[in-house]
Amino acid sequence: MTEKKDKLTLVVLSGDLDKVMAAFIIATGAAAAGKEVVMFFTFWGLKAIQKDGMFTGKGLFGRMLGVMNRGGLNAIGPSRLNMGGMGRWMFKLMMKQKGVTQLPELRAAAIDLGVQMLPCQMSMDVMEISQEHFIPEAAQPVGVATMLEHASESGIQFFI
Amino acid sequence: MSDTKLSLDFKGLLCPMPVVKLAKAIKEIQVGETLEAVATDPGVMADIPAWTRSTGHELVSLDKREDKTFKFVVKRVK
Repeated sequence: MTEKKDKLTLVVLSGDLDKVMAAFIIATGAAAAGKEVVMFFTFWGLKAIQKDGMFTGKGLFGRMLGVMNRGGLNAIGPSRLNMGGMGRWMFKLMMKQKGVTQLPELRAAAIDLGVQMLPCQMSMDVMEISQEHFIPEAAQPVGVATMLEHASESGIQFFI
Repeated sequence: MSDTKLSLDFKGLLCPMPVVKLAKAIKEIQVGETLEAVATDPGVMADIPAWTRSTGHELVSLDKREDKTFKFVVKRVK
């Protein structure tokens, strides 16, 4: 096991606007400081690397999940006070008024800085999400062993 | 400053964009050259020194100015 102080591994379990935003801010900040950054997206977190406006699911439950749990950065709302989408609208507006960088631009900055984005294969199978639902920059899916290998090489690990 | 190679406007940018843009800009100058930037986010007072400590580049100066902007000069070291 070789620990590299200048590597960061983030596990992104959450698919909420606020938490995904925190994850991308940490990732871009670290990459800007010259660190190698690996983001492992699992369960709800997969929404952060899904394309906008694409429905997922193959079977009945999978398709129902795809409708009720829309992925893509424009579809996700805050973890609290979303109030059926009103919260998402309000937070986005407030952030825009203050000049905070919006999620799509933040993710683009992460991509630009070479942040690696790994989807979790098992979550994809459960939720019936396939590679074609992801943005092209998403890497091939991996499992826990790959994530742990990255984490054990990292001086910093985050679970969001 | 006359030997500054690059002058950047970070006004209106909030975390994490000042360091993201700084990381890109530092690659545009040569080792030994300096760049300067003006920001409005008070967070840069803590974050720019932290960034230079993490990356090994040199913080030449960082000042809060009369007009509530923050000016800093960074030298590319490696």
